[in-house]
Amino acid sequence: MIEVKALVKTFGAIRAVNGVSFTVRRGDILGFLGPNGAGKSTTMKMITGFLRPDAGTAIVDGIDVAKDPVAVKRKLGYLPESAPAYPEMTVEEFLGFIAEIRGFRTAAARRAQVERAVGLTHLASVRNQTIETLSKGYKQRVGFAQALLHDPPALVLDEPTDGLDPNQKNEVRDLIRHMAVEKAVILSTHILEEVEAICTRVIIISKGRLVADETPAQLRARQPGARLDEIFRSLTQSDL
Amino acid sequence: MQQIGPLFKREFLGYFRSPVAYVFLVVFLFTSVGLAFFVGGFFKANLASMESFFVFHPWLFLFLIPAAGMRLWAEEKRTGTVELLFTLPVTTLEAVLGKFLAAWAFLTLAILLSLPLALTVGWLGSPDWGVIASSYLGSILMAGAYLGVCSLTSALTKNQVISFVLSVLACFVLLCLGWSVFSGVLGTVLPVWAVDLVANFSFITHFDAFTKGIVDPKDVAFFLSLAGFTLFLNIVVLER
Repeated sequence: MIEVKALVKTFGAIRAVNGVSFTVRRGDILGFLGPNGAGKSTTMKMITGFLRPDAGTAIVDGIDVAKDPVAVKRKLGYLPESAPAYPEMTVEEFLGFIAEIRGFRTAAARRAQVERAVGLTHLASVRNQTIETLSKGYKQRVGFAQALLHDPPALVLDEPTDGLDPNQKNEVRDLIRHMAVEKAVILSTHILEEVEAICTRVIIISKGRLVADETPAQLRARQPGARLDEIFRSLTQSDL
Repeated sequence: MQQIGPLFKREFLGYFRSPVAYVFLVVFLFTSVGLAFFVGGFFKANLASMESFFVFHPWLFLFLIPAAGMRLWAEEKRTGTVELLFTLPVTTLEAVLGKFLAAWAFLTLAILLSLPLALTVGWLGSPDWGVIASSYLGSILMAGAYLGVCSLTSALTKNQVISFVLSVLACFVLLCLGWSVFSGVLGTVLPVWAVDLVANFSFITHFDAFTKGIVDPKDVAFFLSLAGFTLFLNIVVLER
Protein backbone atom coordinates (compact mmCIF):
# COMPACT_ATOMS: atom_id res chain seq x y z
CA MET A 1 0.00 0.00 0.00
CA ILE A 2 2.75 2.42 0.98
CA GLU A 3 6.17 1.87 -0.54
CA VAL A 4 8.98 4.17 0.55
CA LYS A 5 12.03 4.14 -1.69
CA ALA A 6 15.39 5.56 -0.62
CA LEU A 7 14.08 8.90 0.65
CA VAL A 8 16.68 11.62 1.20
CA LYS A 9 16.10 15.09 2.64
CA THR A 10 18.74 17.65 3.50
CA PHE A 11 18.17 20.89 5.43
CA GLY A 12 21.19 23.13 4.94
CA ALA A 13 24.19 21.10 6.11
CA ILE A 14 22.11 18.53 7.99
CA ARG A 15 20.97 15.37 6.28
CA ALA A 16 17.69 14.74 8.11
CA VAL A 17 16.71 11.60 6.22
CA ASN A 18 19.34 9.49 4.52
CA GLY A 19 18.09 6.73 2.23
CA VAL A 20 15.12 5.36 4.17
CA SER A 21 13.18 2.53 2.47
CA PHE A 22 10.35 0.31 3.71
CA THR A 23 6.93 -0.97 2.68
CA VAL A 24 3.62 -1.10 4.53
CA ARG A 25 0.92 -3.54 3.46
CA ARG A 26 -2.80 -3.38 4.07
CA GLY A 27 -3.49 -4.61 7.60
CA ASP A 28 -0.09 -3.54 8.86
CA ILE A 29 0.35 -1.15 11.75
CA LEU A 30 3.87 0.12 11.39
CA GLY A 31 5.46 1.67 14.47
CA PHE A 32 7.96 4.30 13.45
CA LEU A 33 10.49 4.77 16.25
CA GLY A 34 13.52 6.91 16.76
CA PRO A 35 14.99 9.51 19.09
CA ASN A 36 13.77 13.09 18.69
CA GLY A 37 15.32 14.63 15.62
CA ALA A 38 16.05 11.26 13.99
CA GLY A 39 13.95 12.15 10.93
CA LYS A 40 10.58 10.55 11.70
CA SER A 41 8.44 13.60 11.03
CA THR A 42 10.48 14.58 7.99
CA THR A 43 9.97 11.11 6.48
CA MET A 44 6.23 11.32 7.12
CA LYS A 45 6.03 14.78 5.60
CA MET A 46 7.68 13.44 2.45
CA ILE A 47 5.27 10.49 2.23
CA THR A 48 2.29 12.82 2.53
CA GLY A 49 3.64 15.19 -0.11
CA PHE A 50 4.12 18.17 2.21
CA LEU A 51 7.89 18.17 1.72
CA ARG A 52 9.57 17.36 -1.54
CA PRO A 53 12.32 14.73 -1.19
CA ASP A 54 15.81 15.54 -2.49
CA ALA A 55 16.03 11.97 -3.77
CA GLY A 56 13.90 8.84 -3.68
CA THR A 57 10.12 8.74 -3.58
CA ALA A 58 7.09 7.19 -1.93
CA ILE A 59 4.38 5.23 -3.73
CA VAL A 60 0.92 5.11 -2.19
CA ASP A 61 -1.61 2.69 -3.69
CA GLY A 62 0.38 2.66 -6.93
CA ILE A 63 0.71 6.45 -7.21
CA ASP A 64 4.09 8.16 -7.08
CA VAL A 65 4.03 11.15 -4.74
CA ALA A 66 6.75 12.90 -6.72
CA LYS A 67 4.70 12.68 -9.92
CA ASP A 68 1.14 13.24 -8.67
CA PRO A 69 1.14 14.59 -5.12
CA VAL A 70 -2.53 15.64 -5.20
CA ALA A 71 -3.67 12.10 -6.09
CA VAL A 72 -1.60 10.71 -3.20
CA LYS A 73 -3.11 13.29 -0.84
CA ARG A 74 -6.55 12.00 -1.83
CA LYS A 75 -5.58 8.45 -0.77
CA LEU A 76 -4.01 9.40 2.54
CA GLY A 77 -5.29 10.47 5.89
CA TYR A 78 -2.63 12.43 7.75
CA LEU A 79 -2.49 13.53 11.36
CA PRO A 80 0.36 16.05 11.61
CA GLU A 81 2.30 16.41 14.84
CA SER A 82 0.32 18.45 17.42
CA ALA A 83 -2.83 18.16 15.26
CA PRO A 84 -3.12 21.64 13.72
CA ALA A 85 -6.64 22.94 12.99
CA TYR A 86 -8.22 26.33 12.39
CA PRO A 87 -8.80 27.56 15.96
CA GLU A 88 -11.68 29.94 15.24
CA MET A 89 -13.87 27.23 13.64
CA THR A 90 -16.17 24.92 15.54
CA VAL A 91 -15.50 21.18 15.32
CA GLU A 92 -18.45 20.73 13.00
CA GLU A 93 -17.51 23.64 10.73
CA PHE A 94 -13.94 22.39 10.53
CA LEU A 95 -14.89 18.81 9.68
CA GLY A 96 -17.47 20.13 7.21
CA PHE A 97 -14.71 22.07 5.46
CA ILE A 98 -12.47 19.00 5.33
CA ALA A 99 -15.35 16.91 3.94
CA GLU A 100 -16.04 19.49 1.26
CA ILE A 101 -12.43 19.68 0.18
CA ARG A 102 -12.22 15.88 0.26
CA GLY A 103 -14.88 15.88 -2.44
CA PHE A 104 -18.13 15.39 -0.50
CA ARG A 105 -19.93 18.24 -2.19
CA THR A 106 -23.60 17.59 -1.41
CA ALA A 107 -24.89 18.60 2.01
CA ALA A 108 -26.11 15.05 2.68
CA ALA A 109 -22.79 13.39 1.82
CA ARG A 110 -20.89 15.92 3.86
CA ARG A 111 -23.15 15.39 6.83
CA ALA A 112 -22.80 11.61 6.62
CA GLN A 113 -18.99 11.79 6.61
CA VAL A 114 -18.90 14.28 9.48
CA GLU A 115 -21.33 12.15 11.53
CA ARG A 116 -19.22 9.06 10.95
CA ALA A 117 -15.96 10.79 11.95
CA VAL A 118 -17.56 12.45 14.99
CA GLY A 119 -18.95 9.09 16.07
CA LEU A 120 -15.66 7.21 15.64
CA THR A 121 -13.68 9.76 17.62
CA HIS A 122 -16.37 10.53 20.26
CA LEU A 123 -16.57 14.23 19.53
CA ALA A 124 -20.35 14.59 19.78
CA SER A 125 -20.23 16.48 23.08
CA VAL A 126 -17.99 19.25 21.72
CA ARG A 127 -19.16 19.46 18.12
CA ASN A 128 -20.40 23.04 18.45
CA GLN A 129 -17.39 24.36 20.37
CA THR A 130 -14.64 26.33 18.66
CA ILE A 131 -11.42 24.36 18.40
CA GLU A 132 -9.39 26.94 20.37
CA THR A 133 -11.52 26.21 23.48
CA LEU A 134 -10.83 22.45 23.39
CA SER A 135 -8.41 20.58 25.64
CA LYS A 136 -5.35 18.91 24.17
CA GLY A 137 -7.02 15.50 24.11
CA TYR A 138 -10.04 16.77 22.20
CA LYS A 139 -7.85 18.71 19.77
CA GLN A 140 -5.96 15.51 19.07
CA ARG A 141 -9.26 13.73 18.39
CA VAL A 142 -10.32 16.49 16.00
CA GLY A 143 -7.06 15.88 14.13
CA PHE A 144 -7.89 12.20 14.10
CA ALA A 145 -11.42 12.79 12.85
CA GLN A 146 -10.00 14.97 10.08
CA ALA A 147 -7.53 12.23 9.04
CA LEU A 148 -10.06 9.42 8.78
CA LEU A 149 -13.01 11.45 7.56
CA HIS A 150 -12.80 10.22 3.97
CA ASP A 151 -12.11 6.60 5.02
CA PRO A 152 -8.67 6.54 3.35
CA PRO A 153 -6.89 3.28 2.48
CA ALA A 154 -3.72 4.51 4.21
CA LEU A 155 -3.18 6.51 7.39
CA VAL A 156 -0.07 8.40 8.44
CA LEU A 157 -0.19 9.44 12.10
CA ASP A 158 2.53 11.58 13.63
CA GLU A 159 2.55 10.89 17.38
CA PRO A 160 -1.19 10.21 17.64
CA THR A 161 -1.20 9.63 21.40
CA ASP A 162 1.08 12.50 22.34
CA GLY A 163 -0.33 14.53 25.22
CA LEU A 164 -3.25 12.21 25.93
CA ASP A 165 -4.08 10.77 29.33
CA PRO A 166 -3.83 6.97 29.79
CA ASN A 167 -7.54 6.39 29.13
CA GLN A 168 -7.51 8.45 25.97
CA LYS A 169 -4.34 6.66 24.83
CA ASN A 170 -6.10 3.35 25.20
CA GLU A 171 -9.08 4.59 23.29
CA VAL A 172 -6.95 5.88 20.42
CA ARG A 173 -5.05 2.58 20.27
CA ASP A 174 -8.32 0.65 20.11
CA LEU A 175 -9.46 2.89 17.32
CA ILE A 176 -6.24 2.38 15.35
CA ARG A 177 -6.33 -1.39 15.85
CA HIS A 178 -9.95 -1.48 14.77
CA MET A 179 -9.31 0.52 11.61
CA ALA A 180 -6.11 -1.20 10.60
CA VAL A 181 -7.96 -4.33 9.51
CA GLU A 182 -8.44 -2.95 6.04
CA LYS A 183 -5.94 -0.08 6.06
CA ALA A 184 -2.21 0.48 6.02
CA VAL A 185 -1.17 2.53 9.05
CA ILE A 186 2.11 4.24 9.86
CA LEU A 187 2.37 5.80 13.29
CA SER A 188 5.34 7.48 14.86
CA THR A 189 5.85 7.39 18.58
CA HIS A 190 8.53 7.39 21.20
CA ILE A 191 6.48 5.37 23.65
CA LEU A 192 7.89 1.86 23.46
CA GLU A 193 4.99 0.16 25.23
CA GLU A 194 2.74 1.49 22.47
CA VAL A 195 4.70 -0.44 19.90
CA GLU A 196 4.20 -3.67 21.81
CA ALA A 197 0.55 -2.86 22.38
CA ILE A 198 -0.59 -2.31 18.80
CA CYS A 199 2.13 -2.48 16.16
CA THR A 200 2.59 -5.44 13.85
CA ARG A 201 5.94 -4.14 12.68
CA VAL A 202 8.63 -1.82 13.99
CA ILE A 203 11.02 0.46 12.19
CA ILE A 204 13.73 2.28 14.06
CA ILE A 205 15.61 5.17 12.53
CA SER A 206 18.58 6.94 13.94
CA LYS A 207 20.28 9.99 12.44
CA GLY A 208 18.19 9.65 9.30
CA ARG A 209 19.13 5.99 8.69
CA LEU A 210 17.12 2.83 9.10
CA VAL A 211 18.60 0.65 11.85
CA ALA A 212 15.84 -1.94 12.32
CA ASP A 213 12.81 -3.22 10.38
CA GLU A 214 11.17 -6.24 12.02
CA THR A 215 8.28 -7.49 14.17
CA PRO A 216 8.11 -6.46 17.85
CA ALA A 217 8.88 -10.10 18.74
CA GLN A 218 12.04 -10.11 16.60
CA LEU A 219 13.10 -6.83 18.17
CA ARG A 220 12.70 -8.34 21.62
CA ALA A 221 14.66 -11.43 20.54
CA ARG A 222 17.72 -9.30 19.76
CA GLN A 223 18.62 -9.24 23.44
CA PRO A 224 16.61 -11.88 25.28
CA GLY A 225 15.63 -10.72 28.74
CA ALA A 226 16.42 -7.07 28.09
CA ARG A 227 13.77 -4.38 28.31
CA LEU A 228 12.63 -2.77 25.04
CA ASP A 229 14.08 0.60 25.95
CA GLU A 230 17.49 -1.02 26.46
CA ILE A 231 17.35 -2.54 23.00
CA PHE A 232 16.20 0.81 21.63
CA ARG A 233 19.10 2.55 23.34
CA SER A 234 21.70 0.17 22.00
CA LEU A 235 20.34 0.53 18.45
CA THR A 236 20.28 4.33 18.52
CA GLN A 237 23.39 4.84 20.61
CA SER A 238 25.16 6.71 17.84
CA ASP A 239 22.76 9.58 18.49
CA LEU A 240 24.05 10.19 21.99
CA MET B 1 -9.80 24.60 -9.82
CA GLN B 2 -12.90 23.08 -8.21
CA GLN B 3 -11.18 23.25 -4.82
CA ILE B 4 -11.16 27.06 -4.86
CA GLY B 5 -14.82 27.14 -3.78
CA PRO B 6 -14.44 25.47 -0.38
CA LEU B 7 -11.15 27.29 0.30
CA PHE B 8 -12.76 30.63 -0.56
CA LYS B 9 -15.75 29.92 1.64
CA ARG B 10 -13.65 28.91 4.65
CA GLU B 11 -11.35 31.90 4.34
CA PHE B 12 -14.10 34.46 3.74
CA LEU B 13 -16.31 33.22 6.60
CA GLY B 14 -13.14 32.97 8.70
CA TYR B 15 -12.93 36.75 8.78
CA PHE B 16 -16.32 36.89 10.45
CA ARG B 17 -15.58 34.12 12.96
CA SER B 18 -13.32 36.50 14.87
CA PRO B 19 -13.76 40.16 15.84
CA VAL B 20 -11.06 41.07 13.31
CA ALA B 21 -13.55 41.54 10.46
CA TYR B 22 -15.86 43.85 12.38
CA VAL B 23 -13.01 45.94 13.75
CA PHE B 24 -11.51 46.19 10.30
CA LEU B 25 -14.77 47.16 8.57
CA VAL B 26 -15.55 49.85 11.15
CA VAL B 27 -12.03 51.30 11.07
CA PHE B 28 -12.01 51.25 7.28
CA LEU B 29 -15.36 53.03 7.05
CA PHE B 30 -14.53 55.63 9.71
CA THR B 31 -11.12 56.52 8.32
CA SER B 32 -12.18 56.60 4.67
CA VAL B 33 -15.24 58.74 5.34
CA GLY B 34 -13.47 60.77 8.04
CA LEU B 35 -10.65 61.68 5.66
CA ALA B 36 -13.18 62.82 3.06
CA PHE B 37 -15.15 64.89 5.59
CA PHE B 38 -12.41 66.51 7.63
CA VAL B 39 -9.33 66.53 5.40
CA GLY B 40 -10.71 66.37 1.89
CA GLY B 41 -13.27 69.16 2.41
CA PHE B 42 -16.19 67.01 1.25
CA PHE B 43 -18.77 69.57 2.49
CA LYS B 44 -16.78 72.74 1.87
CA ALA B 45 -16.33 71.89 -1.81
CA ASN B 46 -20.12 72.09 -2.20
CA LEU B 47 -19.95 69.69 -5.16
CA ALA B 48 -22.04 66.60 -5.83
CA SER B 49 -18.91 64.48 -6.25
CA MET B 50 -17.04 61.80 -4.36
CA GLU B 51 -13.59 62.82 -5.50
CA SER B 52 -12.59 63.92 -2.00
CA PHE B 53 -13.51 60.41 -0.81
CA PHE B 54 -11.58 58.43 -3.41
CA VAL B 55 -8.50 60.64 -3.54
CA PHE B 56 -7.30 59.23 -0.20
CA HIS B 57 -7.72 55.58 -1.12
CA PRO B 58 -4.13 54.96 -2.30
CA TRP B 59 -2.87 56.27 1.07
CA LEU B 60 -5.52 54.57 3.14
CA PHE B 61 -4.85 51.24 1.45
CA LEU B 62 -1.15 51.59 2.24
CA PHE B 63 -1.93 50.76 5.88
CA LEU B 64 -5.28 49.03 5.87
CA ILE B 65 -4.64 46.40 3.21
CA PRO B 66 -1.40 45.13 4.78
CA ALA B 67 -3.41 44.93 8.02
CA ALA B 68 -5.97 42.71 6.30
CA GLY B 69 -3.43 40.74 4.26
CA MET B 70 -0.64 40.14 6.76
CA ARG B 71 -2.33 37.08 8.25
CA LEU B 72 -3.07 35.32 4.95
CA TRP B 73 -0.07 32.96 5.03
CA ALA B 74 1.85 34.08 8.12
CA GLU B 75 -0.97 32.87 10.36
CA GLU B 76 -1.17 29.46 8.64
CA LYS B 77 2.57 29.03 9.05
CA ARG B 78 2.56 30.04 12.71
CA THR B 79 -0.28 27.74 13.75
CA GLY B 80 0.97 24.85 11.57
CA THR B 81 -2.29 24.64 9.60
CA VAL B 82 -0.24 25.16 6.45
CA GLU B 83 0.79 21.50 6.86
CA LEU B 84 -2.85 20.48 7.08
CA LEU B 85 -3.78 22.60 4.07
CA PHE B 86 -1.04 21.22 1.85
CA THR B 87 -1.72 17.60 2.75
CA LEU B 88 -5.32 18.03 1.59
CA PRO B 89 -5.86 17.39 -2.11
CA VAL B 90 -5.29 20.98 -3.25
CA THR B 91 -2.65 22.47 -5.53
CA THR B 92 -0.64 25.52 -4.48
CA LEU B 93 -2.38 27.55 -7.18
CA GLU B 94 -5.82 26.66 -5.83
CA ALA B 95 -4.79 27.51 -2.28
CA VAL B 96 -3.23 30.84 -3.25
CA LEU B 97 -6.20 31.85 -5.42
CA GLY B 98 -8.82 30.71 -2.90
CA LYS B 99 -7.25 32.75 -0.13
CA PHE B 100 -6.57 35.77 -2.32
CA LEU B 101 -10.08 35.90 -3.76
CA ALA B 102 -11.61 35.59 -0.30
CA ALA B 103 -9.53 38.47 1.03
CA TRP B 104 -10.30 40.51 -2.08
CA ALA B 105 -14.02 39.90 -1.67
CA PHE B 106 -13.72 41.01 1.95
CA LEU B 107 -11.96 44.23 0.92
CA THR B 108 -14.56 44.82 -1.78
CA LEU B 109 -17.22 44.56 0.90
CA ALA B 110 -15.32 47.12 2.99
CA ILE B 111 -15.13 49.51 0.04
CA LEU B 112 -18.79 49.06 -0.89
CA LEU B 113 -19.93 49.79 2.67
CA SER B 114 -19.44 53.45 1.76
CA LEU B 115 -22.28 53.25 -0.79
CA PRO B 116 -24.70 55.17 1.49
CA LEU B 117 -22.33 58.10 1.03
CA ALA B 118 -22.80 57.87 -2.74
CA LEU B 119 -26.57 57.59 -2.33
CA THR B 120 -26.60 60.68 -0.10
CA VAL B 121 -24.63 62.61 -2.70
CA GLY B 122 -27.16 61.48 -5.30
CA TRP B 123 -30.05 62.61 -3.09
CA LEU B 124 -28.55 66.03 -2.40
CA GLY B 125 -27.33 66.81 -5.90
CA SER B 126 -26.92 65.23 -9.28
CA PRO B 127 -23.47 63.62 -9.39
CA ASP B 128 -21.94 61.96 -12.45
CA TRP B 129 -22.79 58.33 -11.68
CA GLY B 130 -20.33 57.14 -14.32
CA VAL B 131 -17.46 58.77 -12.46
CA ILE B 132 -18.60 57.27 -9.15
CA ALA B 133 -18.91 53.80 -10.72
CA SER B 134 -15.49 53.98 -12.36
CA SER B 135 -13.98 55.25 -9.10
CA TYR B 136 -15.40 52.27 -7.23
CA LEU B 137 -14.09 49.92 -9.92
CA GLY B 138 -10.65 51.54 -9.77
CA SER B 139 -10.60 51.35 -6.00
CA ILE B 140 -11.53 47.65 -5.99
CA LEU B 141 -8.93 46.82 -8.67
CA MET B 142 -6.28 48.77 -6.81
CA ALA B 143 -7.16 46.90 -3.62
CA GLY B 144 -6.53 43.64 -5.52
CA ALA B 145 -3.06 44.82 -6.57
CA TYR B 146 -2.20 45.90 -3.02
CA LEU B 147 -3.48 42.60 -1.72
CA GLY B 148 -1.32 40.64 -4.16
CA VAL B 149 1.76 42.35 -2.73
CA CYS B 150 0.58 41.67 0.83
CA SER B 151 -0.17 38.01 0.12
CA LEU B 152 3.36 37.60 -1.23
CA THR B 153 5.07 39.24 1.75
CA SER B 154 2.85 37.25 4.10
CA ALA B 155 4.11 34.02 2.54
CA LEU B 156 7.72 35.05 3.21
CA THR B 157 7.44 34.91 7.00
CA LYS B 158 5.49 33.36 9.85
CA ASN B 159 5.59 36.59 11.83
CA GLN B 160 2.63 38.85 11.16
CA VAL B 161 4.47 42.00 12.29
CA ILE B 162 7.30 41.40 9.82
CA SER B 163 4.70 40.61 7.18
CA PHE B 164 2.91 43.93 7.88
CA VAL B 165 6.08 46.03 7.78
CA LEU B 166 7.31 44.37 4.58
CA SER B 167 3.93 44.91 2.89
CA VAL B 168 3.78 48.59 3.88
CA LEU B 169 7.33 49.12 2.61
CA ALA B 170 6.71 47.38 -0.72
CA CYS B 171 3.41 49.19 -1.23
CA PHE B 172 4.97 52.53 -0.22
CA VAL B 173 7.59 52.16 -2.94
CA LEU B 174 4.93 51.32 -5.53
CA LEU B 175 2.87 54.29 -4.33
CA CYS B 176 5.70 56.84 -4.23
CA LEU B 177 6.88 56.24 -7.78
CA GLY B 178 3.89 58.24 -9.04
CA TRP B 179 3.42 60.65 -6.15
CA SER B 180 3.77 64.22 -7.40
CA VAL B 181 6.20 65.19 -4.61
CA PHE B 182 8.52 62.29 -5.43
CA SER B 183 8.21 62.83 -9.19
CA GLY B 184 9.16 66.47 -8.69
CA VAL B 185 12.37 65.48 -6.93
CA LEU B 186 13.08 62.84 -9.55
CA GLY B 187 12.47 65.39 -12.31
CA THR B 188 15.45 67.45 -11.16
CA VAL B 189 17.89 64.62 -11.86
CA LEU B 190 16.22 62.52 -14.59
CA PRO B 191 14.84 63.41 -18.03
CA VAL B 192 11.05 63.61 -18.36
CA TRP B 193 10.66 60.29 -20.18
CA ALA B 194 12.48 58.48 -17.38
CA VAL B 195 10.25 60.09 -14.74
CA ASP B 196 7.16 59.03 -16.74
CA LEU B 197 8.51 55.52 -17.09
CA VAL B 198 9.04 55.21 -13.33
CA ALA B 199 5.63 56.73 -12.61
CA ASN B 200 4.06 54.05 -14.79
CA PHE B 201 4.73 51.53 -12.03
CA SER B 202 2.77 53.45 -9.45
CA PHE B 203 -0.68 52.86 -8.01
CA ILE B 204 -1.49 56.59 -8.09
CA THR B 205 -0.80 57.07 -11.79
CA HIS B 206 -3.19 54.29 -12.75
CA PHE B 207 -5.81 55.08 -10.13
CA ASP B 208 -6.09 58.77 -11.11
CA ALA B 209 -7.75 58.01 -14.42
CA PHE B 210 -10.50 55.99 -12.71
CA THR B 211 -11.37 58.90 -10.39
CA LYS B 212 -11.86 61.09 -13.46
CA GLY B 213 -14.31 58.62 -14.99
CA ILE B 214 -11.91 57.00 -17.44
CA VAL B 215 -11.71 53.20 -17.52
CA ASP B 216 -8.60 52.62 -19.58
CA PRO B 217 -7.85 48.94 -20.35
CA LYS B 218 -4.17 49.77 -19.71
CA ASP B 219 -4.93 50.73 -16.11
CA VAL B 220 -7.14 47.68 -15.58
CA ALA B 221 -4.37 45.54 -17.04
CA PHE B 222 -1.81 47.17 -14.74
CA PHE B 223 -3.68 46.33 -11.54
CA LEU B 224 -4.62 42.82 -12.68
CA SER B 225 -1.13 41.99 -13.93
CA LEU B 226 0.46 43.32 -10.74
CA ALA B 227 -1.87 41.07 -8.72
CA GLY B 228 -1.18 38.16 -11.09
CA PHE B 229 2.57 38.61 -10.95
CA THR B 230 2.71 38.85 -7.15
CA LEU B 231 0.48 35.76 -6.84
CA PHE B 232 2.80 33.89 -9.20
CA LEU B 233 5.74 34.81 -6.96
CA ASN B 234 3.58 33.78 -4.01
CA ILE B 235 3.25 30.27 -5.47
CA VAL B 236 7.00 30.11 -6.13
CA VAL B 237 7.72 31.11 -2.53
CA LEU B 238 5.32 28.51 -1.11
CA GLU B 239 6.65 25.69 -3.29
CA ARG B 240 10.27 26.42 -2.44
